[in-house]
Formats: sequence, structure tokens, C-alpha cells
Amino acid sequence: MRTVLYLVQKEFLQIFRNKFMLPMLLVMPVVQTILLSFAANYEVKNLSLGVVDHDLSPMSRQLVATFGASGYFKVYNTVFSSKIADADLARDRTDLILEIPPHFERDYVREGAGKVAITANAINAVKAGLAIGYASNIVRAYSLNEATTAAVNRPPAAIQVEYSNWYNPLLDYKTFMVPGILGEIISLIICFLTALNIVREREVGTIEQLNVTPIQKWQFILGKLMPFWMISLVMMTVGLSVGWLVFRIPMLGNLWLVFAYTLVFAPCMLGIGFLISNFAESQQQAMFTAWFFLLIFILMCGLFTPVDSMPEWAQRLNMINPVKYFVEFMRLVLLKGATFADIQQNFFTVLGYAAVVNGLAVWTYRKRV
Amino acid sequence: MSILSIKANSLSKAYGTVQAVKNVSFDVRKGEIFGLIGPDGAGKTTLFRILTSLLLPDAGQASVDGLDVVQDFKLLRQRIGYMPGRFSLYQDLTVQENLQFFANVFGTTIEKNYALIRDIYVQLEPFKHRRAGALSGGMKQKLALCCALIHKPRVLFLDEPGTGVDPVSRKEFWEMLRRLRDSDITILVSTPYMDEAELCDRVALLQKGEIMAIDTPEGITASYQRPLFAARSDDMYRLITDLRTLEPGADCYAFGEYAHLALAGTASRSATPTRPTTLSRRTSTETIQQYLESKGHQNVEVLNATATIEDCFIELMHD
Repeated sequence: MRTVLYLVQKEFLQIFRNKFMLPMLLVMPVVQTILLSFAANYEVKNLSLGVVDHDLSPMSRQLVATFGASGYFKVYNTVFSSKIADADLARDRTDLILEIPPHFERDYVREGAGKVAITANAINAVKAGLAIGYASNIVRAYSLNEATTAAVNRPPAAIQVEYSNWYNPLLDYKTFMVPGILGEIISLIICFLTALNIVREREVGTIEQLNVTPIQKWQFILGKLMPFWMISLVMMTVGLSVGWLVFRIPMLGNLWLVFAYTLVFAPCMLGIGFLISNFAESQQQAMFTAWFFLLIFILMCGLFTPVDSMPEWAQRLNMINPVKYFVEFMRLVLLKGATFADIQQNFFTVLGYAAVVNGLAVWTYRKRV
Repeated sequence: MSILSIKANSLSKAYGTVQAVKNVSFDVRKGEIFGLIGPDGAGKTTLFRILTSLLLPDAGQASVDGLDVVQDFKLLRQRIGYMPGRFSLYQDLTVQENLQFFANVFGTTIEKNYALIRDIYVQLEPFKHRRAGALSGGMKQKLALCCALIHKPRVLFLDEPGTGVDPVSRKEFWEMLRRLRDSDITILVSTPYMDEAELCDRVALLQKGEIMAIDTPEGITASYQRPLFAARSDDMYRLITDLRTLEPGADCYAFGEYAHLALAGTASRSATPTRPTTLSRRTSTETIQQYLESKGHQNVEVLNATATIEDCFIELMHD
């Protein structure tokens, strides 16, 4: 055990001496949390709206004004020909066309029903979906309003949908993103660092000197993993502080649980890094291999697209994505206030995962050349 | 206790289709400096790796200090010191931190074995807070030797310690090795430099993974059989090509500022080592001088030469 301590001590000496390492460990989580949380924002604002008003009635103008007042849309132009509006959409001047048919007001007053057409540019499906969602909401709200004020004798629409967004009542994307991004960054950095650190010993040749010492396999491995294990806790502390100070993200759950989970989760990523290092001969190889896996892990972890909307096979594949568990955990505990009982399945899955990955890493590590 | 420190018995190792070491056997006695001499790619490093338990041989057995290199590798690693050919210490740690680290992992302290490394370490002391990566070649080598010695090994393996080091540092280094040998440490050293070979107690000449000869450096040079001359003129390149055509079987190669000419045939080395006999009886320094002058060489000088390890090596390579 003393040998492990010496190895850890040596590792920290090297980490603190590396001018690049310490800033990377501390600045990267801060910058990424701030940058990505602001930038990776799914709220769509300032959609450019083209209006085709064939009716030109007070009602149609009011409807258009409602769109403009919503904050989501900016009226780009009002034209009287669908062709011109279509051309604008095609040239990307507008994101959405609102077409009001002739006799819109007359039909509405006479028959209690009017029709409008909304056309969205769905090149960016997410944006289009949101735009149509917003637009429908505005139209619906408008018609309800009309129904209650203009036609007093008519009963309001029978079914009304009331929204309430639990755990993130204001649908603040930052609240949603920060815990996930924290999980992602910690996974990324410790996996990379472990893989590169071990391969570096091989590339520089120091491993040859180490291998003729009586250091045993488990001591070497523990000596390599422990420093980054501890660093993951530091990064978590820094990241949570930034989340709280800058974004005021809710921390409903027990923070001790977050740290305890980090201690179990970190070995997963450390183990993966270690496993990669066993098969890589140079830092370059390790870097590319780690990047290949991490890119998949990150894009599929549910941070950017919900796991639930992935195809069945992808969801199954995601069972081996450790980052998914971490992101899920962070959101559940921080936003929803989940307790250990709620996340224990996740917890034990990750525990098992860590055991398997590290077992494989130890098994494939060779002290002889 | 056996007087043999290293026993290698028909060791073979191949990397893919390349046979790096072929059926190599040799013994190293306790407390001797044994040199593995050979050009790059002769299999020296592979042998070192097998003997230091880093590499498993394909065939053959070896023991170091009575311990089998395959079976008892754990115990073995406590008893050997290895200095790889490439500088393998932590460049970003200081001199002292490196030494401390290796002392620690061997479960010892610098103080405990300071006596052994004192002579070397005093030279390093002024730089003890300098990072190992910022040391000169000679200093790096001394540090590496300190780190390999810090646990008081019984057998020391030095893979090409002279490479990349200036001649003065190399000389000092060899003096240190002699002192270490005197404190009963067996030293196996490899080198591509023939001048270092003459500083060993015994040497094995290695070529393409095979041992060509094992003897003391004197024994090896004494076994040299051919009449040997050293010659020079103003036009060395032409001199070498001309001498190669002097008589059948003549070898000529550059040797410092001279060219060495080895003639076919046997020289009786016992009495007067350089006097040509039998086949080459007619050839002498005078005849060579005449021959060269007839070819139009200026400032010709021809001497009888004594064979060095390098001459022996070149001869063996030709066989």
C-alpha cells in the first residue's frame, strides 16, 4: 500500500508541475459549463415570420400582431401572394409562413371556425417543430380570446390544455443543461487524462524502468487511477459551484449523494481510459481511440437529444454508455431531488460497469513487453 | 553460492519473422564486467529484456543471480538494476525526486545505500533540484545509474550506456563501473563501441542475434590470425579501393585516420605478431608502400598494425 502512495505522490508531483494540466483541470469545467449552457439552448427566439394575408380584416391584422407581440416571432413582411412568401421561405429569409385565407374574419364570425395555414422550413427539424408549436399555441390562445370577448353567446372551447412543467417550471434550458454538461465534462476529462497518462509512460519509455521494479500490477494501476479519481471530485466541486453561482441551478437532492456517486462513476471512465491505453502504443493512438468512444458516448448520453426519442436499438446500445447514466443521475438528483432509493438501479449498474471495465483493464495490462 | 551470476542457455526470440536472438548461450561470473558487443540490431537489447524479465524468450532458459527469469521474476526484480538504452526516468521530476521515487518503490531509502552511489551522486548534487529532462547527456546517464543502483542490486544491466555521451563522461562512467565491480556487483553492459569493449573483463561479440565469440578482450585480439597493416595517403578513398585489389582475399576498411588492410592467410602471432608469414610472406610494409606509390599516391605511410576488437569483429562478420 505504501508503494501505491509513492506512485500517487509521484503522479501529483507531475500533474502540478505540468503547466498545462492544472489549468485544464480547473478552467475547462468552468468554461465549458458556462459556454455550453448558454450556447446549447433549445429555446427558439426571433423566428422570422412571413405573412400572407388574403383577408386584410381587423381580425387578421390582430392575429398577426399577436404573433409579433409573442416574443418568438418577428414579422419579416406581409405579402398577398403565396408564391412570394414561398420564395422567401426558400431563400431562408423567413422560417415560417402564416397564411390567412380570404374571408377569414367572415367565416370565423359566421361559422365560429376559421382556418389559417402555417408552413415551416423543416431543414432544422427541431427549430421547425418548436416554431409550429409556438405558432399553434398563439393561434389557439387568440381564438379562445376572440371566442370569449367577441362572441359572448358562444361557449368557450370545451377542452383547454393547461401546461405545467414540473422540475423545471420555467423551462429554463440552463437548469436542464448544466447538470448534464457537468457529467459530460468530468467523464471526458478523466477518461482522456488516464488514457494519455499511461500511454505517455510507454511512449517516453519510463514504463520500462518501472517494469523492472517490484511494483505490482495492481499497485501500478491503483497508483495511476487514484489521482484522477480524486481530481474528479475536485472538478465536481468546481462545476457545482459554477452551476450554483452563475446559473443558480436547483440542488434539490443530497449533495453527498452526488459526490458518492461521482466516486463510483469516475472509475468507469478511468477504467475505459486505462483499457484504451493498454491497446494504444502512442498518445496519438490513445487520443483518437478515446475520442471515438467519447464522441459516441456524449452524443448519445441524452445531453443533447433525449434518449427516449432514440430508436429502440440505440436505446439498447446506450446501456453501455456510462455517460448516459451520469447525466441521468445528475438531472434526477439535482433537479428532481431524487434520493438513493430512486437512483439505486443506476447506481448499481454503474458500480457493476466500473468493476467490469477495470477488471478487463487489469486483465489486459501486461507488465512484460 | 554459485560463482555464476548470469546463465543464459540457448535463448531465442523472434519478433514476427525477424529472429532477433538465435540460440544464444553465455555465462557471466560473479563480479565481472561482461560486455555484449555488436552493431545496432544485433539483438543486444532483446537479450537484456529477456534477462531483466521484461520479455519472455521463445526458447531457452536463463537465470540471473540463481533466479529463473521466467519463474522467479518477482524476486528477480528486487535484485537487479536495469538502465535501458533510452533515458527512462521522469523528465519532469527533479534529480532528487527521481532518485527518491525509485528508492521508495524498492522499499529503501537514499540514505541506506548512499555509500554505493556517493561517488556518482556528488557530481549530481549541484543539480539536484533540476529537472531530469534539463540535464546533459552525461548527467542523465549518471542519474540513471544512481536510480538503477539505489536498491543495491546484485546484478546491473546497462544497455548502451555510452550512447549519446561525450568521451570524457564515458571515461568517467567506465571508471565508476570498475569501482562498482570491486564492490561485488556483476555488470552486464552492451555497447556498439569497440573501444568500450576493451574495458570489459570479458566480451561476447554479437552479430545478427548470434554470438560469434566469447573471450577476454585480449583473448579475442590474440586470436586474430591475419597479417594486418595500417596505411594512409593523401587520397584515402582511392587508397582503400586500391588496397582491396592488392591481392585476393584482402580486406581494407577505414580505421580512424588510417585504413586497415587485412590480408588473407595466417600470421603467427606468438613471437612477433605483425610479421607476415606463409601466404603473405612476400607482402610487407615496403611492398605495400611501393605498390601504393606506383598507383600515384602521395605521402604514403604504411605501418604494421596490432589487431583491436574492431578488427576482430570485422573479420568475424566476414565469415
